[in-house]
This record gives sequence, structure tokens and C-alpha cells, in this order.
Amino acid sequence: MFTELNSILNTSPDSFTRGEFILVSDRQSDASFLIHHFLSFYLRARCKVCFLGLAQSFCHYSAVSQRLGVSLTQAKEKGQLVFFEGLKECLSVLTPKENNVESEAMNFLRDPPVGLRSLYEFVRSSVIGSGSMEEGAEQWGPSVLLVDDLSVLLSLGVDVGAVLDFSHYCRALVCSQVQGNMVMLVRCNGEEDDDDDDDDDDDGDVGSDVLLKGLTHQCNLNLHVQGLPTGYCKDIHGQMEVCWKRRQSDAPHMQKNLFQYKVYDKGASFFARGTSSAVL
Amino acid sequence: MAAPVNSVGKTSADRLQVNCTSFQKKTRSKLISIPGTRPSVQNGQLLVSTGVTSLDYLLGGGLAVGTVLLIEEDRFDSYSRMILKYFLAEGVVCRHELFVATAQDNPDEILQELPAPILDDVAVPKPVEQPRLTGEPQDSLDAMKIAWRYQNLPKVQSALASSSRFGHYYDVSKTMEVEIRQAAKCHRFYLPDHITPSSAAHRVESYSALLKSLQEVIHREGFDLATPMSKTRNILRVGLHSLGSALWGDDLCCHDKPRHSHALTTFLYGLRALLRSSLSVAVVTLPSHLIQDRALMGNITRLCDNAIALESFKGSERETNPLYKDYHGLLYVRQVPHLNCLARQLPDHKDLAFKLKRKQFTIERLHLPPDLSETVSRVSRGEPVVVASACGSSASGTKNLDF
Repeated sequence: MFTELNSILNTSPDSFTRGEFILVSDRQSDASFLIHHFLSFYLRARCKVCFLGLAQSFCHYSAVSQRLGVSLTQAKEKGQLVFFEGLKECLSVLTPKENNVESEAMNFLRDPPVGLRSLYEFVRSSVIGSGSMEEGAEQWGPSVLLVDDLSVLLSLGVDVGAVLDFSHYCRALVCSQVQGNMVMLVRCNGEEDDDDDDDDDDDGDVGSDVLLKGLTHQCNLNLHVQGLPTGYCKDIHGQMEVCWKRRQSDAPHMQKNLFQYKVYDKGASFFARGTSSAVL
Repeated sequence: MAAPVNSVGKTSADRLQVNCTSFQKKTRSKLISIPGTRPSVQNGQLLVSTGVTSLDYLLGGGLAVGTVLLIEEDRFDSYSRMILKYFLAEGVVCRHELFVATAQDNPDEILQELPAPILDDVAVPKPVEQPRLTGEPQDSLDAMKIAWRYQNLPKVQSALASSSRFGHYYDVSKTMEVEIRQAAKCHRFYLPDHITPSSAAHRVESYSALLKSLQEVIHREGFDLATPMSKTRNILRVGLHSLGSALWGDDLCCHDKPRHSHALTTFLYGLRALLRSSLSVAVVTLPSHLIQDRALMGNITRLCDNAIALESFKGSERETNPLYKDYHGLLYVRQVPHLNCLARQLPDHKDLAFKLKRKQFTIERLHLPPDLSETVSRVSRGEPVVVASACGSSASGTKNLDF
């Protein structure tokens, strides 16, 4: 949990708005440190977390969370965390053995046109299903769904429309029905206004851009991470744009703020442009 | 994750689950050490050497076990193939097992071209297996005549520790001797042996055949982290040559909009899953200059942990450019990993160049030669002209002043 990011977003583990869809996106950069922030944030807020870790192994997330002060293994044992390890499950589909049962949630690997319905069923069963099972279990807060990251699904051959459908179904389930929160990570390549003229060339990039635009439209809060426009710098790792979409007010307006950040071993620091400690 | 080496044994009980990919010592007295590896000073990862010491430095001390290094090939696949051979040769010297997969040349051809190591303490295998790579005192001291002092250092170290030196040097003008090479266990995957190139299955199944073969080798030889810790562990070095080329049945390099663009990325995802759960490390070379779709290269790079790209000057006009006369090509670091930690170890400089010398593959920061001003060079070149014209003319200007 990054304390500076909490003050930027005006949240804390004790009080945060419910029913929010937070989109974390990056372009030619790596925004996965924000996913670690949200994971430790919601575990500290005593929420019930469903984490789809598709990009890395469980021990990677566990080791990073240890540095941020949260133990994933303990959370799993207590039932607070449902962890879906994509790397482990995919092997049962990609290299099937006779006595091993294939993982249902990853059956889109065998047949990409099938879509992400089974993955959604997994999410649904972990968000809703376990509420009424144990009487003696601790009461957790609202359910939270974290996905790291959606672009891996695009690389594995899933259609953009299927991923957009999946995110819409999850949002309807988690944000509207259960009044929980949802955080998703999307990664893009290339420049933003690249395909105005050459529509036939960058077919692959159009996919992730379409996904990003569709999700930006659906989300409440967008954290967009990019590299510095002036080039590579070892002390400032990039810039982050925070974009709120307020629905409560009569005139819906978007509020944007731009920060620069640097990632440390145990956290990240955010500062206004030009006020990095390396510069001042 | 790539396996870390944690010296604190207190939390080993709850971290050593079946599905956890870390390994650490079970009791405080027993230290798991595999020859040819060392723990990273930054985050405790287990590292192996790539065979090129400057590349090790660039990657943060070495290649972490459980990760993939992607090398984007240069135009004629000369230097990327060289790095692959260094990687495999390092595996032979450290007594690791090898897995080589190719679609173009037979894996034996690559193995026969491995460079010869420059060491005196590489044990030539005798009928009785030596547990350590300590050299006999009468082994050739004449490998280095001038820098013989540096040869003595590993001998002193190897008397104390059980693991051999990290990172060796190779002589590319000689090939590795057959006895040393055959001492290492090598598994081969030659694509035409498994799938006939003209069959319909070739297009989509070559990668899955490779993945299944690799998983079978990992499971059979005991590199899985799930197998019990009692036996001695070793590292499997996987070398995959020219993935993504047309010979693997992929049309990534042929079309602008390939039909099965996700076949290679699915394979890389499965490869990451296999590596994270076993004691192996992979180097993949990819002819990226043939792939037109830059977004696809971005996806491929993100699915590998380390990624570098080579651009050689051979055949281009840069070969004769005086700026680049000291180097053979440029090296770009596309991606560095962050494994088990938040921060990445970013390189200091991004403009790097490499040079392949006979005994070393060096990667340096690209230095422009000093800018000599015009007057300095004119004087140095003009002196014979001054001598010739001094007898002819009376006064030839201020630059002919003698002091």
C-alpha cells in the first residue's frame, strides 16, 4: 500500500467508495506495481479479494506483498483471498496428461472462440458462492476483484469482444450486484494516434487499443501510466495520469491530474511534475 | 517466480508448499548449492551465468533461474547464435543439462560449434566422476602465459567452496573438445523429426509438440520443484533457436496479418509456466527483423522476462563508419525483469555496443571518438608538405614557424 497514492486518491483502508471500477492501464511502461498496491490495500481493508493472477506466479505476488506488509498465504488460509494462478492452470490445458483434470477456467486456451465464460463462472463462484458456507468464518468486507492482466488474455488468442464482454459481466456482478470494487490492468503498445492512416498494418495493436478505449468508457477511475515524454531517466520512472469520472454531480466532468513516480523496493513515491528529489 | 535462495530457515515450513516455486534450505545446516549458480545480491534470486560476463552484468548479475531471455536476432543470425553457443557452453562447463531445440539446423551442429573454454580448472572427465570442478595441479598452466596470476585465483577459491567459478571465458577460434562436450547430458528436439513439414498439423502443433517434449524432459529428469529435495539438484538450460521463423510452421514472419498470431505467444506463456515451476532457464532467439507487426513484438517481449536486441553492422553502411569502428554492433535492452520485488534494476545507460573478440564478447557503453579539431589534424598531416615546400618558397605562412 502506497501512502502517497492513498492521499492522492483520497482513500484509506477504513473508508473507500464502493461499487467502483478502477482501470489501471499503461503504454510502453509497466503499471503492475499499482496492482500490488491495490492488492495490499484491499487485504488491509479486510475485504474479500478474488485475484486473477495471470501474468506471474503466486510466489512473485506473495514475495512483493510480504514487502508491503501483507501475507498472501495467511490470507488464503483464512479464506480472505481466492487466488487464481493462471500459469499453473494453463499447463493442464496446454500439455494435458491422462490422469490430470483439465482446468475449467482456462479452457479458452484449447479453443479461443469459446470465450471467457468459464473464467467468469469461476469469478462468480468465488465472489458469491462462498458467502453462506461457513458459519464460524470471519466476516469480511465487500468483495473485490483484481485482474492482472487482461492483455495476457489477448495474447492467448481471445477476441477483444470476448474480453470486453467478460469485463462487463464482472462489473455487473461485482460493482452493481455485490457493491464491491473491481481493479483491472490493461497494457498497450505503440503510440496513441498511430493507426489513422495505416489501418491495415497494426491489426494487433488495434486490439489492445480498442480494449483500452472500451474499458476507459466503463470505468470510474483510470490510472494511466506512461514513460516520460522527454526520454529515459533513471530517477523518475514515468508519469501517471489520474482521471476521475464523477457521476454524482449534475454536470459530469472529468478531473485529470498528472504525477510523476518512482518505484522503490518497498513502495513508490508520487510527486508533481518537476519536483522529483533528483531534480530539486 | 524464479527460485530464490533464502538463508533464513524460519519461515521455510509454511513457504515450502507443493505449489510454491521457491526453494530454500530445509535445515539450517544443509545449504542447497548447485554448481554454477550463485544468489543475487539484490534480491536473493538464484542466478546462472549466460557465458558472457558483460551480459551477466547487464542483466543484474546473471540470468535468474526460472526466467526466459529473449534475444532478437541480428540480420544474419551470427551474434545471436554466438550468444546461444556461449550459453550452452557455459552449461557444459558448469555440468548443467542442456535442451536444444531447432527447426533449421540439427541440434548436433550447434553443439559441435561450442567454443572452447579457457580454464585450467575445468576437469576433463575421468571414468570416476569428480564431485567438484577442482583442477589437478599438473593441469595445463600454459593456457595463459601473461596473466597467469589470474588463473591461480579460482584454484584458491574452489578449495573452500563447492561451486565452481561463476562465468567463464571462451576462445571462439577453437571448438570445445569432444570429451568435455559429451560429459554433459544434452536433450535434443529437432522439429522435422517430430512433425513432417508438409503436414497440416505443422502449422499449429509444432509449438505444442515442443512444449510437451520440454515438459516431459523436465519431469523425467527431475527438474520439477515439486519432486522431493533429497537428490542432488541440477539446472536445465534450454536453448531455443529461431523461434517464430517460418520453419516452425508460423506465418508471423511471412504475413503482415498472420492468421495464428497467438501460437507463439501461447507457447511463450506455457514456457514461462514450465520454467517458473522447475529449475531451468531458457534463452530464446527470435528473428524479430522479419516480423512486421510491432505490437506483436511488444506482446512477445512482455511474455519474456529479459529481452535484448542485437543489431550488427555487417553489411550495412555503418560498417565503414569511423564512429563505429571499434564495435561489431549495437545492443538494445528491451526489458529487464522485476521478479519478487517491486523495483526493476534499470540499466544505467541505454546506448550500448558490443564487440566479439577472440576471447571475450564485450558489451560497452557506446563512446563516440574524441572530436579532433581541424587545425590539429591539418598540422599533423601537413608536416611532410611543409618540408617539401620550405626549400621552394620563402615564406609559407605562420604555421611554418620553427621554434
